Amino acid sequence: MGSTIAEKILAAHAGRETVTPGELLECTTDLVLCHEITTPAALRMLEERGMDRVFDPEKIVAVPDHSVPAMNIKAAQMYQKLKSWVQDKGIRHFYDVGRGGIAHVVLENSGLIKPGQTLVSGDSHTCNAGALGAFATGVGSTDLAGAIYAGRVWFKVPETMLIRVIGEAGPGVTPKDIVLEVIRQIGADGANYMVMEWVGDYIDRLDMEGRFTLTNMAIEAGGKTGIVAVDDITREYLRVRGVEPGEYTEYQSDPDARYAVTIEIDASQVQPTVAYPHIPSNGRVAGTDAIPVTHAYVGSCTNGRISDLREVAQILRGRRVADGVQMIIVPATQAIWKQAAVEGLMEIFVDAGATVSYPSCGACLGMHTGVLGPNDVCISSSNRNFVGRMGDPTAQIYLASPATVAASAVTGVITDPRTMQAEAAD
Amino acid sequence: MTNPRTGPQQRPARETQTQTQTLQPMTTRTARVHVFGRDHINTDEIIPARYLTTDREEELAPYAMQDYDPEFVQRVGKGDIVIAGADFGCGSSREHAVWALRGAGVSAVLAPNFARIFYRNAVNNGFPALECEGIAELFSDGDEATLDLEAGTIRNETTGRELRFTPLPDFALAVREAGGWLEYMRDQDAAALAGETLNTPSTQAGHGHAGQPQGDAQSFESPESPEVPGTEPDRA
Repeated sequence: MGSTIAEKILAAHAGRETVTPGELLECTTDLVLCHEITTPAALRMLEERGMDRVFDPEKIVAVPDHSVPAMNIKAAQMYQKLKSWVQDKGIRHFYDVGRGGIAHVVLENSGLIKPGQTLVSGDSHTCNAGALGAFATGVGSTDLAGAIYAGRVWFKVPETMLIRVIGEAGPGVTPKDIVLEVIRQIGADGANYMVMEWVGDYIDRLDMEGRFTLTNMAIEAGGKTGIVAVDDITREYLRVRGVEPGEYTEYQSDPDARYAVTIEIDASQVQPTVAYPHIPSNGRVAGTDAIPVTHAYVGSCTNGRISDLREVAQILRGRRVADGVQMIIVPATQAIWKQAAVEGLMEIFVDAGATVSYPSCGACLGMHTGVLGPNDVCISSSNRNFVGRMGDPTAQIYLASPATVAASAVTGVITDPRTMQAEAAD
Repeated sequence: MTNPRTGPQQRPARETQTQTQTLQPMTTRTARVHVFGRDHINTDEIIPARYLTTDREEELAPYAMQDYDPEFVQRVGKGDIVIAGADFGCGSSREHAVWALRGAGVSAVLAPNFARIFYRNAVNNGFPALECEGIAELFSDGDEATLDLEAGTIRNETTGRELRFTPLPDFALAVREAGGWLEYMRDQDAAALAGETLNTPSTQAGHGHAGQPQGDAQSFESPESPEVPGTEPDRA
């Protein structure tokens, strides 16, 4: 019996030849990602137990992103806690406000996380980095504390779900639509505890930004992580970021690897998809119902990348956001913000009547800079539409691709973006 | 680095037979039940992000379950039990979800299954999150329940009906006994001198332990070691 990529990575980090799903292991962590919401709790736990140490400062990456720039005094204190710890422990990989952005997107671009590595963070979207062929998963503050202290974490070896995506997606159908369709099919706990391994000719052609969107959403199906095997697209992405092949280990799943579930999606059949409230699995085809919106949000670790912003600009160019709709666009990192400015996207956004914010997680989880009020209706490129996720519990959140968000912002109702995209292309 | 309960030399993972008889606090409790019948109750409902600027249980407690049931914190009493639908605790990784519930007085949560990060946070805190098929149908809100962690049963004292839940894996019991994952780790570091880890006891002491050399001659030939907790149907 062969092994999957995830099983091979875990085996290598537990000092084992092979591992079997269901086994409990302790694994070493190659990298620990720390932000200012869950890290301060971890640090306090360590301090209270006389365990205040860092297993290896070079293997810690700290990126304040949730509540920065601070929106209140408590948030400022949490940021201070992270910063003083970074300074005290000599942690060099600190992406301070103004030099970073959303941690997962900062990390994917940093060249620090490499294929074959293990990564944990006190954040459920840590699975994002799985697109690079790493085993990356979210944990709580206690696990985070253990990883900071000793570079170790316990895992139950997960089973793997194989997701084969075949065919060519039609115009206007993005990776976000593909992953919302997958979650619609398998359910919000359809991959609970499993690794979601993405294969197929659609994946083979997909760029890294699209792959990150797929692996980022693994948690919305309950997955432990998403993962994509290393190929030339991965190698080139890393090479541009200063990481050469040979600096990392590539794992491929064996032909006789065991998969708990295999599903197949024909990308050519997927339509622009919108997840209705209040769960990401509640997907329907965009435009099925004419739902008026009050807010349109483009951003988050799922869809705040430059390719997403270009998609939005294509639709907003020469158009206006509908009266009564507040559109917020949040480039995920400083580098993406600058790139959008260089490409002239900012001008398009501002001319369209959208507000462009600074990189942060703020609106996605209802902390700041775009919190929803009672009965607001938001079409969002983010990842979660739970009750209260973006603010008031009576607010309604619809999840979609950046293109669908942009098209809906223009019409004021949830809209299939394809007509507008076709017009834009003319 | 001495744990007051287990002492520095003990290896909790290897002592689960005796631990099940010494679980603290009490292994049997009778308490009032709160039923949250819906599936997929998420961490945003358990503790909304707007309260995440603290990690103190007592500061989180007033907001437990606020976006699911704002009156819950008025009704809940110390030691009460929550019974929920499937996939409880899905969504964010915030350990605050466990702390808020515990801070509010909840002593255990039973559900058909749990989202994995919530489950591992519960394990790491020694907080019982117990998988029990059919549990939501067994109880109505306000029933009295007797939970027996040792026997693996929950009994509805109002109706007399009883169900068995999936026992906590040995590893989770060991962590609970140690006082939490960090205490367990600290014990392990002490025990590392004896050359043991969860993976390959007695052979792999150096692997991953800070302060010890890695990459020296190590034998990896014991994947079937009986000491490795095996195939419990837990989620983590």
